[in-house]
Amino acid sequence: MSFPAALRAKTYTLIALIVLFGSAGNLLLSRGMKQIGAVRVGSAMGLVRLFMGIFSSGWIWMGIGGLLLFLGCFMVVLSWADYSYVAPAAATVYAVVPLVGHLLLGEKVAPLRWVGVLIICVGVGLVGHTAPSTTRQE
Amino acid sequence: MTIRTAIFLAITVLANTGGEIAVTRAMKDFGEVRNFRLGALFTLLGRAFHAGWMWLAIGLLTLGFFSLLTLLSWADVSFVIPATALSYVVGGLGAKLLLGERLSPARWAGIVLVSVGVALVCAG
Repeated sequence: MSFPAALRAKTYTLIALIVLFGSAGNLLLSRGMKQIGAVRVGSAMGLVRLFMGIFSSGWIWMGIGGLLLFLGCFMVVLSWADYSYVAPAAATVYAVVPLVGHLLLGEKVAPLRWVGVLIICVGVGLVGHTAPSTTRQE
Repeated sequence: MTIRTAIFLAITVLANTGGEIAVTRAMKDFGEVRNFRLGALFTLLGRAFHAGWMWLAIGLLTLGFFSLLTLLSWADVSFVIPATALSYVVGGLGAKLLLGERLSPARWAGIVLVSVGVALVCAG
């Protein structure tokens, strides 16, 4: 099926933004929660400290901002692209997060996860070669 | 896997996928976004939250979230999170049956690979 180059470019851009904001949001939340430290929610005071820590953390607010931008881009791209195209393509987040976590945060990534990252990339590549919309009316 | 785990896993996957399909349905009703000025985008997203489909989506995604939390209260996270990668395959079926999308063999193959890959990343 032919799909206008401009629309394909628009779709790729939005999916790239989804991956960027989704990955950044998750990584910022992770950084914020690690700064707060291990959570003990056994007591009411523990819960209060947890919420105080969460809402006073700049990292967590930036993470929430990233995830809101992720949601906005997800909604916008679905106004023309197939859900069955966008959802698997957006799964690139699962490949980017371990990669960035390893490179920037020095996290250890198990070999099984690297295999998963590779399989996701192949899957996203296959989906990416199909037409972004199969229901679009000209 | 117990019957209780299977039921809650099914609720989690179906509610999350159903929620995203409802978001898609809501956004398709608005038509293709062509104006990317920030003000126009905020107006559109604001209007989207007045659509019935969007409220159905919020309801389903909330159900999916609490079903996941409930599931995690007794089942192992190393089983639950990878198992929710089934959502991609269920989403493909939902997109075909409920949104009328035409999924080629290449797209199906990609969806299955993404499901397997996400399950491995979450299990690793």
